[in-house]
Amino acid sequence: MANTYTLIASNTLSSSAASVTFSAIPNTYTDLVLRVSSRNNDTGTSEGFLTQFNSDTSTNYSWRALLVGGGAPGSQGYSNQADIENRQAGNGATSNTFSSMEIYIPSYTASQNKPVSSYYVIEKNVTDAYIGVEAGLWRNTAAISSIKLFNNGSIVFASGSSFFLYGIKNS
Amino acid sequence: MPATYEPIATTTLGSAASSISFSSISSAYTDLRVVLVCQTASNANIAFRLNSDTGTNYSYTLLYGTGTSAASFRDTSITRGYIIAADNAATFPNWNLCTMDIFSYAGSTNKTILTNGSNDKNGSGTVEAAVNLWRNASAINSVTLLAWNGVNFNTDTTATLYGIKAA
Repeated sequence: MANTYTLIASNTLSSSAASVTFSAIPNTYTDLVLRVSSRNNDTGTSEGFLTQFNSDTSTNYSWRALLVGGGAPGSQGYSNQADIENRQAGNGATSNTFSSMEIYIPSYTASQNKPVSSYYVIEKNVTDAYIGVEAGLWRNTAAISSIKLFNNGSIVFASGSSFFLYGIKNS
Repeated sequence: MPATYEPIATTTLGSAASSISFSSISSAYTDLRVVLVCQTASNANIAFRLNSDTGTNYSYTLLYGTGTSAASFRDTSITRGYIIAADNAATFPNWNLCTMDIFSYAGSTNKTILTNGSNDKNGSGTVEAAVNLWRNASAINSVTLLAWNGVNFNTDTTATLYGIKAA
């Protein structure tokens, strides 16, 4: 039986970069998985990690997050956004520490709105570490052919951040 | 490198059904993963059973967020495991994304299962994570996904079972 967890593309940054884009994603898989180790130069310890599909910059995204930081859990939710926002380690986090994330995109070629789930962890040996679980939605029925990962404003990913895109086949 | 993440079976519903089952699961893997993308015709909890066990051998602890608040819930000695609370697709035609990770499914200890549910509806919905326990030491040879409360999964609901090998 075929091995179905296949690396499509990867990018490990040798210098800082504002964004990473995976384009020309083949439609030969069933689901997509992104696995990311990242950090950016924003001032805080836990900062935004933004995702857009197919270069869509319209407000067709929404998401809700479940966040646990060592105290009582919290939740945030946003509708009609221009991206799906997860969290990553910022420049205020412990040096040489990157956050880890997995984003799962099922049925990415199906002609239906696209649900997305993500997990991320940001442990920094300080008080505001995060475990985050998110449900995202892109209200678009087109097949996903590109994924842009980026930061707010002029913020950049740190050198050493790594991004891996895998395709999963169900047969 | 050996193949370690393999599709075992997949089902896409051609008509509405109350359950989806994977049976005769090989014991050749280390862990199992189920990916379910589903709609339901009305509000329903999505549940699971293992080896067709209808006894009160399941329990779970759930952490969930609505976008404005987070809470935890648990239930014990019940007749099925828990995956997600799915909403009526007619009110918002989104798809619920659910995953189940079943660890050491062929081992001779009670079985731990992590479930995740994603259901964002652009202004409402939930994100859920749960740890389930099935108090049974048998190897798992079947997984049944259930739309609870007498509700059906809609047409085009898709479920896939993957096997993961440690080596």
